[in-house]
Amino acid sequence: MRKTVPLTIVFASGIFMLAVFFVPHRRVQDTSQVLLEWDLVVWTCALFLSGLNLFIVNAKKVRRKERDWGYKVVLLVAFLTTLVTGLAWGVRAGTPFMFIYESMMRPLQATMFALLAFFISSAAYRAFRARTREAALLLAAGLIVMLGRIPIGDMIWHRIPVITDWIMSYPNMAAQRGILMGASLGAIATALRMLVGVERGYFGGEG
Amino acid sequence: MEYGTAQEPRQKQGILERLTAIDRRIIFVIIGVVVAVPVLYPITLPVLVSPPVQDLYDAIDELPPGSVIIMAIDFDPTSEPELYPAYLAIARHVFSKGLRVVALGYIAPGIPIGERALQIAAEEYDKEYGVDYVNLGYKTGMTVALLMMGKEIWDPYPRDHYDTSVEELPLMHEVHRLDDVALAVDFAHGVSPDYWIAYAGARFGLRVGLCATGVMTSQYYPYYDSGQLFGLLGGLKGSSEYEALIGAPGSATAGMTAQSLAHLVIMAFIIVANISYFIVRRRSPGA
Amino acid sequence: MDLTILSTWIAAFLTLAILSFLYKDNPVYKFAEHLYVGVSAAYWMVYYYNNAIVPNLIDRLVRDHRWLYIIPGILGLLIFTRLIPRVVWLSRWALAFYIGMGVGVVIPATVQAMLVAQLRATLVPIWTGNVGASIVNILVVVGVLSVLVYFFFSREHKGALGGVARLGIYFLMISFGASFGYTVMARISLLIGRFQFLFYDWLHLR
Repeated sequence: MRKTVPLTIVFASGIFMLAVFFVPHRRVQDTSQVLLEWDLVVWTCALFLSGLNLFIVNAKKVRRKERDWGYKVVLLVAFLTTLVTGLAWGVRAGTPFMFIYESMMRPLQATMFALLAFFISSAAYRAFRARTREAALLLAAGLIVMLGRIPIGDMIWHRIPVITDWIMSYPNMAAQRGILMGASLGAIATALRMLVGVERGYFGGEG
Repeated sequence: MEYGTAQEPRQKQGILERLTAIDRRIIFVIIGVVVAVPVLYPITLPVLVSPPVQDLYDAIDELPPGSVIIMAIDFDPTSEPELYPAYLAIARHVFSKGLRVVALGYIAPGIPIGERALQIAAEEYDKEYGVDYVNLGYKTGMTVALLMMGKEIWDPYPRDHYDTSVEELPLMHEVHRLDDVALAVDFAHGVSPDYWIAYAGARFGLRVGLCATGVMTSQYYPYYDSGQLFGLLGGLKGSSEYEALIGAPGSATAGMTAQSLAHLVIMAFIIVANISYFIVRRRSPGA
Repeated sequence: MDLTILSTWIAAFLTLAILSFLYKDNPVYKFAEHLYVGVSAAYWMVYYYNNAIVPNLIDRLVRDHRWLYIIPGILGLLIFTRLIPRVVWLSRWALAFYIGMGVGVVIPATVQAMLVAQLRATLVPIWTGNVGASIVNILVVVGVLSVLVYFFFSREHKGALGGVARLGIYFLMISFGASFGYTVMARISLLIGRFQFLFYDWLHLR
């Protein structure tokens, strides 16, 4: 029950979805649509679990009055308020939920990522050194692309954007293709191992 | 959090050593000023259009009037400054050519951003909701939705973003499968282009174009080279290129002054830091 | 007070609260950070509920009376056994279904869209009749192969294999440099966006 059932489920559902790709029969395709919906429900429940877990972990910290527990109260209040407003009043424009989105979530999300502008500049200054030939190549490509992707680059020398396009289209493209093909081979191998039950990481270390 | 201030006695350090161990808050201030001032006083700089953006523009421009295109909102506020201008510029281009739009997305916080751009462009070109464009909104489970759309778009999207049944939207009566769509442009800040390419593109034969954040751009060149993407727009610079192509400079073009100055300053940081590093290393090889 | 103005002021306060981290970690930043985590987690849960649980489970059962949908309902509930150590193994059934479906969908998609299409695009003529185009084609083929060799770990990177792998590293470094350039562009763009919000929408300086 603990091992055979899940391994059988992986194999059966995996083989069926593989067959869907090759068998255009209407009944097979319709069944796949239903299974995809089921898959969506299961996936969503997993995401709910993560939300619930976040709530439980932080509620425990508040109850035990652990370090920074006051901030956890902020987190829990924000969580519950957003959840209740979303479920009670919906998510259309003009609802309390959208007010929370516009006034809090949007600026918070945007500014969190905007902070990285400062950190990448600092990192570039403090750590970006041409210590080796490889690092020098990385640095040179980075500088050319940075210059080639601003209008001033073209003003300095009209060939800089052309060189940038060349770097992007050939050496960069070739390297990224190599990474993509390597990663694809890895993904296929892992997927096949899961299908036949060799890879059991999802058992949680008890496989 | 610890900040990297130099703790050694400063009087013993030369200017180069001090330069390499500068408090990073000074760098933060410089970057802040260099970006803030040009945002307040932007200068319009000439924008050169790169081939991948030109290809994106041409593919849309060549479509016969009445064709339907999907504009997928797969980004959120974290990439709004980069992709909102692209969304607005392409919506303007699309409406000016008499094309029709099906907007949808797989990142919920992005939907209101795309919606705003679409409404601005629709108002400018006097386009009617439901006839010239629809917004199907957010759908959980991208793979599932795309696979379903290959067979029947109404299945994953029985109602639009405003909770109206798609049956009541005239445009949707002509759009049942991905075959009914001329092409799709994904405005993305994550892995969504992989799904568009793999499912909508490879599996159902839809032509896919991409407007990506700067961070992602380089990794999508293989798809552009192989023809799996008909065009590729990268970051704020790409957005400014599209604004130049349609002759309507917007926030991306305005941002190019700040972008240019910030790049130059960061480049100067890197060059100064490297020169200091090499001089210091030559003085004391063990360092 | 107009809600739009209130919203803009709250957004401006939170923007500055996050930016205050640049000076040092502080209570205002921590407040904004925890607010962000709480709001965004619940935000997504609301959307997941409205966009998946309601149409794909509740509506199917209650409105359409499609009783087979009780199966994903049960599998979904089994996921929550992760919180009960005694029966945690039951969650594997649900995960197994999700993984099986994923595997079945991913394999053909990866082979078709990533492997075959990319391989086909790499199989270009080495000599095209034009020197420039031929050099570029050779560069691409050599680049792709050398990067693949670099990722081939089944043999030690020595001798000829090591030389090719080193060439692969050079290609990778150029690509990472290009990515760095683009990443700088992206991050600065986001900061421009925040300043545009503060100066234009909040302070109306333009």
